[in-house]
Amino acid sequence: MKKQFIRPYGDTSADGKMQLSFSLPVKPDAHGKEAARLLLKQMGFDDIDVCGMRDLNEGFTHFIAYASTSTAVDPANIKVKVVETAVMDMEETDAFVKEHIGRTLTVVGACIESDAHTVGIDAIMNMKGYSGRFGLERYKSFNAINMGAQVTSEELLARARAENADAILVSQVVTQKNIHIKNLTRLIELAEAERLRDKMLFICGGPRISHELAIELGYDAGFGTGSYSTDVASYIAIVMAERIRKGS
Amino acid sequence: MLQLDLDISLVDRARAAAQKITGSFGWLFEGYSSVTIERTVLRLMGLDGALKDGKPLPNVVIDQLHKSGSLGKGAAIRLANAMLLQNMSAAEVATAINDQNLDISALPPAPADEIHALLSELTDKMMAHISGQKAKREEMYQRFGERRIPAIYVIVATGNIYEDAVQAKAAAREGADVIAVIRSTAQSLLDYVPYGATTSGFGGTFATQENFRIMRQALDEVSEDEKRYISLTNYASGLCMPEIAALGAMERLDLMLNDAMYGILFRDINPRRTLLDQSFSRMINAYAGIEIQTGEDNYLTTSDAVEKAYTVTASQLINEQFALLSGVKPEKMGLGHAYEIDPEMENSFSFELAHALLSRQLFPHSPIKYMPPTKFASGNIFKTHLMDAMFNFVGQLTGQGVQLLGMMTEAIHTPHLADRSLAIENAKYIFKAVKDLGANLSLAPDSFVNRRAHQVLEEATLFLEKVAADGLFSAMAKGEFADIKRPDDGGKGLDGVFAKDEDYYNPFRERMMKELKI
Repeated sequence: MKKQFIRPYGDTSADGKMQLSFSLPVKPDAHGKEAARLLLKQMGFDDIDVCGMRDLNEGFTHFIAYASTSTAVDPANIKVKVVETAVMDMEETDAFVKEHIGRTLTVVGACIESDAHTVGIDAIMNMKGYSGRFGLERYKSFNAINMGAQVTSEELLARARAENADAILVSQVVTQKNIHIKNLTRLIELAEAERLRDKMLFICGGPRISHELAIELGYDAGFGTGSYSTDVASYIAIVMAERIRKGS
Repeated sequence: MLQLDLDISLVDRARAAAQKITGSFGWLFEGYSSVTIERTVLRLMGLDGALKDGKPLPNVVIDQLHKSGSLGKGAAIRLANAMLLQNMSAAEVATAINDQNLDISALPPAPADEIHALLSELTDKMMAHISGQKAKREEMYQRFGERRIPAIYVIVATGNIYEDAVQAKAAAREGADVIAVIRSTAQSLLDYVPYGATTSGFGGTFATQENFRIMRQALDEVSEDEKRYISLTNYASGLCMPEIAALGAMERLDLMLNDAMYGILFRDINPRRTLLDQSFSRMINAYAGIEIQTGEDNYLTTSDAVEKAYTVTASQLINEQFALLSGVKPEKMGLGHAYEIDPEMENSFSFELAHALLSRQLFPHSPIKYMPPTKFASGNIFKTHLMDAMFNFVGQLTGQGVQLLGMMTEAIHTPHLADRSLAIENAKYIFKAVKDLGANLSLAPDSFVNRRAHQVLEEATLFLEKVAADGLFSAMAKGEFADIKRPDDGGKGLDGVFAKDEDYYNPFRERMMKELKI
């Protein structure tokens, strides 16, 4: 059987058409437009149509372009790490924990270090939840503690230790200059130094966080855009049940 | 004309309740001060600069006085006394405290008339400087015309003030009327204001006096070129509300985020500290002719925008009353709200229209600050751009004062040059397209929009009456606001609050209260 490579689809099968938008430090004139075209050419694009050019002032111009790529992706080369546990709704998770764990699970969450944006941690933990899914505080099977924003790694770990937590949830929304990587790394390093790393699940989340990145940083799981409380709760319940089963 | 049939008796009841809530803090405003208020006084007396390790000189002086429990008279008298006895400038005194262990609380008192003469000289000088900045702003508005309604407000947030200045100028030339420099994310919890020009920050750029000056100068240049006065704004929030307000007054910022309760609810700053600090910082804003803006949008990003719509109205009324107590005029109150209803909800636009009209009509003289969709902005930039257009439509239709433009890349990154430009293009197109549409429309008397606005107002009134009966601190401790419990002895910064002595003296507060007639 012939292998099907993956190539962009504009309006014809495998035409390779892509939509591009970027700004250059050039004037909005023929010269600038040519600079945009050459840039795309160097990137390997063909059939380049720079269809939009907008003056951004102060010597900058915004370009919108369509172009074809001749590159393609071999499906056999795609390897991604995703959270593979099943997703259950709140009632199912509560029932699952009751049956397989037999006690409530304690989760301590926070938006750590300099990050002041609680929107992510709130969406997962607050009673009200987000997008029709209640947060962990609403679950009968969870004792959810949301410490809020700008919590230092030390404070978070101290609380997790005091509460004998089953899982730590960390949210990072601000990602400028990779500050989220620095913050998440710091937490894990401290956890290791304090011998807490293996005592609980470490889970991170945020718009720029993937499961793969989380694993790389030494976390158990990562949840990015499009994740809900149900994903996180199911993951914790299933993994904890697994650990308890193996441990006993 | 697009107008709600509001129940005036309900409006009066809501306002009376808000007045009762805010009117019960005389004991705090008259009896206490805070470390940042005292640092503000020193800054207004002309103390500026920092030690080699970055510690600002106002902190050097106040830390010493606070540690030895000698702030009760206020820092002004202590510093003036030291300046006279040591024959030093303010900065020299601060440096001597650090380098030579000078203890200014242990100095004998200089003659009272000399202290007062020095203080009134320094007070006159700074008050004249701030009035001069106010006059300069008014002169530019006179020359170039008033700000558009709604004003186009965009943010810059590179972390580097010089990069910010380039982006701000580009945005201004494209049509922005107001430029906000977003602060570095950790700044609200710093109990000092960093010194000098800064080129690195996270999610924003530090608010410093030098950064204010650099940006003001850049915008003055564009204002002259474009024949349009470009306003500058920053955030007088966090643990240094009055200090940042003072720096804004000195460097001619035109608007400042200044919410009476934001720090308490969303940054866990102590309630007493925040209310004290907002009181003096708003006085400075008022004296400098700076428009304040409040942060009601935060209630809707943390809770459901339909269910909790009343908390916005309630907070606006409380913010209004606190602002009046500090001498802020209604035309300088940019009370806030936001377009944050779930776009999947049927008739979400009608809800937004009702809420926007309610804000507009409850505060007819105020330049209402309208915040864009953020909660339901996703990685789908095309959908976000469309939501931003609907938001701009409501803004123009209902005559909001300041339209804080949404960015299609909200939830992805701090705005790129092109993102900001597309947002301005979006707003300019819609504002032009529906410019006078509102004047042609009216609402059916018993229509959904009317009923919805009435419902929100009624819920807000009942809520405010409950808080008035309970007391603000007690209500906050119970989590009545934004579902967050904030006891008045908890949170950050309480150790920086102290009781004033009988002979406490803050020359700037006295002068401002007199001139603002409060």
